[in-house]
Amino acid sequence: MTDLTEEQRVPALAPPPPDRRTKRRRPGGSRGEGYVSLRAKLATYLILAPVAILFVAPFAWLISASFQPISTIFANPPTWLPDDPTLDGYKGFLNVGELTEAQQAQGHGDWRWFANSAFVAISITVLQTFFNALCAYAFAKRRFPGRNVIFVLFLATMMVPGQVTLIPNYIIIQNIPFFGGNDWLGNGGHGWLDSYWGLIVPGVVSAFGIFLLRQYMLSIPDELLDAARVDGAGELRIFWNVVLPLCTPALAANAIFTFQGAWEDFFWPLIIMSDPEKLTAPVGLALFVVQNRTDWNLLFAGSVIATLPMILVFVIFQRHFVRGIAVTGIKG
Amino acid sequence: MSRAVAPEKAEAEAGTRRSRNTGLLRRVWRERSAYLFIAPGVIIFSVFTLAALMFAFYLTFHRWSIIEPDKPYVGTQNYQDMIHDERFVRSVLNTIYFTGASVPLTMIIGLGLALLLNQQIRGRAIFRTAYYLPVVTPFVVSALLWKWLYNGEFGLFNYYLLRTRIIDEPLLWLSSQNLAMPAVVLMTVWSGVGFSMVVYLAGLQAIPAQLYESAKLDGAGMWRRIRYVTIPLLRPTTLFLLVIGIIGSLQVFTQIFVMTSGGPVDRTTTMVYYMYLWAFKYYDMGYASTLAFALFAMLLVFTALQLRLFRDGGTQ
Repeated sequence: MTDLTEEQRVPALAPPPPDRRTKRRRPGGSRGEGYVSLRAKLATYLILAPVAILFVAPFAWLISASFQPISTIFANPPTWLPDDPTLDGYKGFLNVGELTEAQQAQGHGDWRWFANSAFVAISITVLQTFFNALCAYAFAKRRFPGRNVIFVLFLATMMVPGQVTLIPNYIIIQNIPFFGGNDWLGNGGHGWLDSYWGLIVPGVVSAFGIFLLRQYMLSIPDELLDAARVDGAGELRIFWNVVLPLCTPALAANAIFTFQGAWEDFFWPLIIMSDPEKLTAPVGLALFVVQNRTDWNLLFAGSVIATLPMILVFVIFQRHFVRGIAVTGIKG
Repeated sequence: MSRAVAPEKAEAEAGTRRSRNTGLLRRVWRERSAYLFIAPGVIIFSVFTLAALMFAFYLTFHRWSIIEPDKPYVGTQNYQDMIHDERFVRSVLNTIYFTGASVPLTMIIGLGLALLLNQQIRGRAIFRTAYYLPVVTPFVVSALLWKWLYNGEFGLFNYYLLRTRIIDEPLLWLSSQNLAMPAVVLMTVWSGVGFSMVVYLAGLQAIPAQLYESAKLDGAGMWRRIRYVTIPLLRPTTLFLLVIGIIGSLQVFTQIFVMTSGGPVDRTTTMVYYMYLWAFKYYDMGYASTLAFALFAMLLVFTALQLRLFRDGGTQ
């Protein structure tokens, strides 16, 4: 951090130079083929396979249980392959088909949690990626008075754990003026508590994301931007039409991790949301158990549904994932 | 980190200021669009990070209850209370226990799997996916699922351990004073190993093959190659995982909330869970903020290290 004005830094997320790919593909690579003897191979499998079973088994059981009636979920020995699989858990959870009285009494089904989660996670992802990119571009490519001070401040706050700002933010959210029955001084109502604003707005900027995107943007040659300026493009146009398209991999990584983080976020929605209709999926599911509701088949069905978007995102963006994780070291 | 650079920067800026003092306003005006670019970020950041941080500090000197209108200044009372609070000390010890157990375990298993998977064997992709599956699963879902697996009556753990006669009578995993924390650690390791493995695999693939070959020519066996070539060269990866892991573990909350609610008798009450209790069960925001600052202090060393790692990653 000695001199931030120096722009000739190789960014962490920079696209690999073209020759690196060919180099990496050289025969043999770092793991020499044919070096693994048969005995070693056998030993490897003897360790890998049982561990893999241990890792997958809980998950397999979750899926199986989500298709079982409550009676066999509680049965001993456990049922791995249900004799007659049922969709009751899913139906109960999504509030479709024939419902028990208890479910009807509940009003809406718990499916609302997923709609909430999807809405909140997508909003945060889109807004955060955009705002992060805006900031990152200014920090990487513009020279303006105060730039370094502001950037260092951003970086320094990456050291502050979320728990420290959690409590004051709860009070700040509660006192947002003009919302939730508050007057202009922010008193009287509940502000953004129990509202989607409160879930989304604090999450639309991330110092870490700005840092990563800035590192990436440093690799864009200034000449390119100058050429666009000479051609008469405005700053917003340069940002939108020149910079953003060049940063697609970094933007994708930022978006994926943000979505994952927002979908999984637990603590913040737990403390600011209380209306059961407005809970996000993780909080809804967790409270399900903490409040000792006994319909575990619904819970398991809900858990599977909550996991699906994560798996989907992972499968679609697998390549980005593994590379992004290796580079940035975040899980989201 | 910012403190270390401050003098240098100040000097450089003073120089700039002298020479361009008159032009400053003009420069600000010329670059006005840049300020618009950073405006959304700066506003959000000022409110929810900077102001929040200062407010949190302010809270630590007050008795601030959400339900009472009176919020008196109490000086350093909160800090004094904290030092003498046995439950707080307990929560610190629990957090250290959790971190000390889960971080090394996750890393060692991750490294082992990465080493095995770094060979040319069939089915690598399948194994990698299998180990990575728990990482993709939402953490709350993992915690719920494991809570069920640990269930004393119907849980799969007890069933299979009894069947294989490893234990004679069912264990009360999460409600037993001595087993609750290990049980939470085990679940955490399960969900974190895949991440360590992927990062280690990336590190392993950056090690040049020539090094292994020359070590082999020198007569080094597999174990010696791992001990004297692989592990030293993975040092940056290990350091990275260690720092990230410690930071994450010191803030453990979700699995505690879902699986044990801090029990039995505070055996799994970690620092963040204890803070949660004070803020949102006892409604004392002042004391809860003080607890948060204690965590901040513990984390500071590790986050400073983390920023260094990021910086190195950005400059190399």
